[in-house]
Amino acid sequence: MRREELKILVPLKRVPDPDTRIRVKPDGSAVDLDGVKFAVNPFDSIALEEALRIKEKLGETEVVVVTIGGQECVEQLRVGLAMGADRALLIRSTDGLDALAIAKVLVAVYRREQPAFVLMGKQAIDDDSNQVGQMLAALLGIGQATFVSKCELIENNSKVRCGRETDGGIETVTVKLPAIITSDLRLNEPRYVSLPGIMKAKKKPLEEVGMADLGLTITSRTQVLKLEPPVRRKAGVRVKTVDELLAKLKNDVKVL
Amino acid sequence: MPQLKQLPAHLIGGNFLLTETSPDLVFTPEDLSSEQRLMAETAEKFMDKEVLPNCEALEHQEEGLAKKLFRQAGELGLLGMEVPTEYEGLGLGKTSSLGVEGQMTRLGGFGVTVGASCGIGMQPLQYFGTEAQKKKYLAKQATGQWMGAYALSEADSGSDALSLRTKATLSPDGRHYLLNGTKMWISNAGWADIFTVFAKVDGQHVTAFLVERTFPGVSVGKEEHKLGIKSSSTRRLILEDAQVPVENLLGGIGKGAYIAFNILNVGRFKLGSGVTGASKELLKVAARYAMERKQFGRPLASFGLIQHKLGEIAARIFACDSASHRTARMFDAVMETGETIDSTTPPFPRGLDEFALECSILKVACSELVNFAADEALQIHGGYGYTEEFPLARAYRDARINRIFEGTNEINRLFIPGSLLRRAQKGRFPLVAAITKITKELLDMPPLDSGGEDDELALAQAFLANAKRLALFGAGVAFQKFGDKLIEEQEILGGVSDIISDIYLAESAVLRTLKARKAGRNWSVMADLTLTFVNSAVGRMEQQARECLTATSQGDELRAHLGIARRLLRWSPLNAVAMRRRIAKRLCEVGSYPALVATQ
Ligand SMILES: Cc1cc2nc3c(=O)[nH]c(=O)nc-3n(C[C@H](O)[C@H](O)[C@H](O)COP(=O)(O)OP(=O)(O)OC[C@H]3O[C@@H](n4cnc5c(N)ncnc54)[C@H](O)[C@@H]3O)c2cc1C
Repeated sequence: MRREELKILVPLKRVPDPDTRIRVKPDGSAVDLDGVKFAVNPFDSIALEEALRIKEKLGETEVVVVTIGGQECVEQLRVGLAMGADRALLIRSTDGLDALAIAKVLVAVYRREQPAFVLMGKQAIDDDSNQVGQMLAALLGIGQATFVSKCELIENNSKVRCGRETDGGIETVTVKLPAIITSDLRLNEPRYVSLPGIMKAKKKPLEEVGMADLGLTITSRTQVLKLEPPVRRKAGVRVKTVDELLAKLKNDVKVL
Repeated sequence: MPQLKQLPAHLIGGNFLLTETSPDLVFTPEDLSSEQRLMAETAEKFMDKEVLPNCEALEHQEEGLAKKLFRQAGELGLLGMEVPTEYEGLGLGKTSSLGVEGQMTRLGGFGVTVGASCGIGMQPLQYFGTEAQKKKYLAKQATGQWMGAYALSEADSGSDALSLRTKATLSPDGRHYLLNGTKMWISNAGWADIFTVFAKVDGQHVTAFLVERTFPGVSVGKEEHKLGIKSSSTRRLILEDAQVPVENLLGGIGKGAYIAFNILNVGRFKLGSGVTGASKELLKVAARYAMERKQFGRPLASFGLIQHKLGEIAARIFACDSASHRTARMFDAVMETGETIDSTTPPFPRGLDEFALECSILKVACSELVNFAADEALQIHGGYGYTEEFPLARAYRDARINRIFEGTNEINRLFIPGSLLRRAQKGRFPLVAAITKITKELLDMPPLDSGGEDDELALAQAFLANAKRLALFGAGVAFQKFGDKLIEEQEILGGVSDIISDIYLAESAVLRTLKARKAGRNWSVMADLTLTFVNSAVGRMEQQARECLTATSQGDELRAHLGIARRLLRWSPLNAVAMRRRIAKRLCEVGSYPALVATQ
């Protein structure tokens, strides 16, 4: 075995492609997934890209992608492998798990893999919950840097210096490894999945693990009661004069 | 000629006319692997991020831009998919490259740049090059370092390609061929590093040569001012005592015509399947606009005549796409057998010529579809479509070339029945036996009846079985009447050709939908698309059959023949209005053609 190999764990989530038109089922129970194209959550692709750049810079790095879900998620793992990850883990689960449940599964994966750090998307574009990274850090009792738009390994790869995007500006923080780092949009622009990459991915190891193999029985604590499509915005009206505007605000909209 | 191995019935070119194919044996878009889809997605993203934002600059042929993008496409592996891995390709087949090419052709002329290089430009070398030639040139093209071109046409020889005048004369020292002549309309001529040039050795033997741009005596003319695909370079290639080393002769002296035409088979397939990507894009643009634009207080998409357009484009895309995927797999399957059919060096792969007829069908149908789609998409945009603010005006101009190059649609139409006849003469296709049998049957007994069947797909299948008999019957009657002079009856050949094409397209759609149904997929939209296409095809076939028969026979004989045609084309019309409305409604809900037919 190679010595001092740095391992980076990158969780990927299967989400509806950002360009797909999302339709809620008429009964409001779920999103209508018939015919929907799926993709790797864009923030996760950014996280993976960062991991791959670190690997290209340092060499001696193993990038492991992991996802939790059904057999169909193999597609997204293959995308990760095609981009350049070294190996993939599918944690089989058929239940829709909430953020805390996912974080708990990732704790088990973390313990099994013992990575130097975890690079993951700050949120998934399907439920936009923005919680898993933070929960994972808390459950593991390790540091976190969230919404990262710059990321640099320092001090002999023992720390990461990160630029975080906050409302006030860029905040620079340093976290000791191991840590959880979540990526923001501007961290990088992910590479294309090249065709030779796709061919190579077919030969890379992809391991499937059941929840029981990880010693887990996890259920979600939250329950989705109902989904509704956002209210369609009404068309605006053009007013000719300020007086007309004031009249409308007073009489029609009743805000004045 | 070596003895040809018997291939399975569904892998014999043109055989769909003589046999029924089981849905299990046709490859459909639903059968694409996730890797194949992923490859197409890479091409889609590449187009979205690199090519389409640069459309304007490409149209003005900004210095170096097309080549830069071409090289970038090469780095991503988009240009060498079918090239063997020894030459830095991916070693894949047409079922894999199809989706990628559909993306590259989506909008603008970049697809022509790619196709002229990776298709007709490079493939002569790939299939007929020697080891040394391939080592020298193939990897360079597969990876996009070099751009290729295909130079057959001349000012006085277009459709009549073999009348070409470019000469190749062996130099006195026997080390070079000196090429003299001017090739016309050469795509990529402004940028190509290497040209596959066809010239006559000793003024008669058409022969292919690999000509580097930098060889002494090679130059190019000025850019042509074209109606469309302005981003694609089209120039003359001027050869003045151009010195081509003897080792750059490709495939043997006198084998050029064979190479040129068979590479065109592949080119026609690629043009057809690729340009359907443009039709899909146009449908998306049209549907989205129809949703947004309001007149009379309603979105355009809520009007029946607009839904008619959307539904019709979608149905034709479905048929063309189904036939493209079916053909791609047949192509790959025959290539995989490694069978060869002639004595070129290296020997000629059977796969390249087996489906010449199907390739021509796709070329004609898909090129006409993209023109129809561009026209109707523009129409849906009204006055805005007529301006350069929207992409339709350009798409309309760009679509037009597809009916002209890679063999005009007239030439391809004539080729469809022509190739059946030629194959029959060579004993490769039992056409005469089939015609005799069917004619006898038809005169003796009524056509197949579907017997109270109410499954519309099964009815469509039964209808197509009868339509095949009609095509063979019509061809037989015409051949009886005109004999060898049939070749002068182009209108009849064209009519027969259109019937044959509609059969292939419609059958491919039906088989795809049956396969999806059998697999338990959601097939209701597919059924609407299929039956809309079949329903329209019935009308076209009736018209063609009447014209052809009326031009062939008279009096009682004509009446008898028309009676047979009527019985064979029996079809209870479906409510196409309702079907197109359903298709249009669903299309507008999901927003694009791929989403329309995507099933779980
Ligand atoms: C933009 C562009 C790019 C091109 N790129 C290439 C390239 O890369 N390499 C290359 O080698 N060539 C290329 N071509 C040439 C193209 O293949 C020819 O234009 C085409 O084959 C038609 O030849 P032609 O223009 O001489 O027309 P003609 O052959 O003169 O045909 C004129 C018309 O008559 C019809 N016609 C001709 N013969 C018959 C017949 N026997 N029966 C009935 N109708 C007939 C044709 O269908 C057509 O409608 C390109 C052309 C264009 C415009």
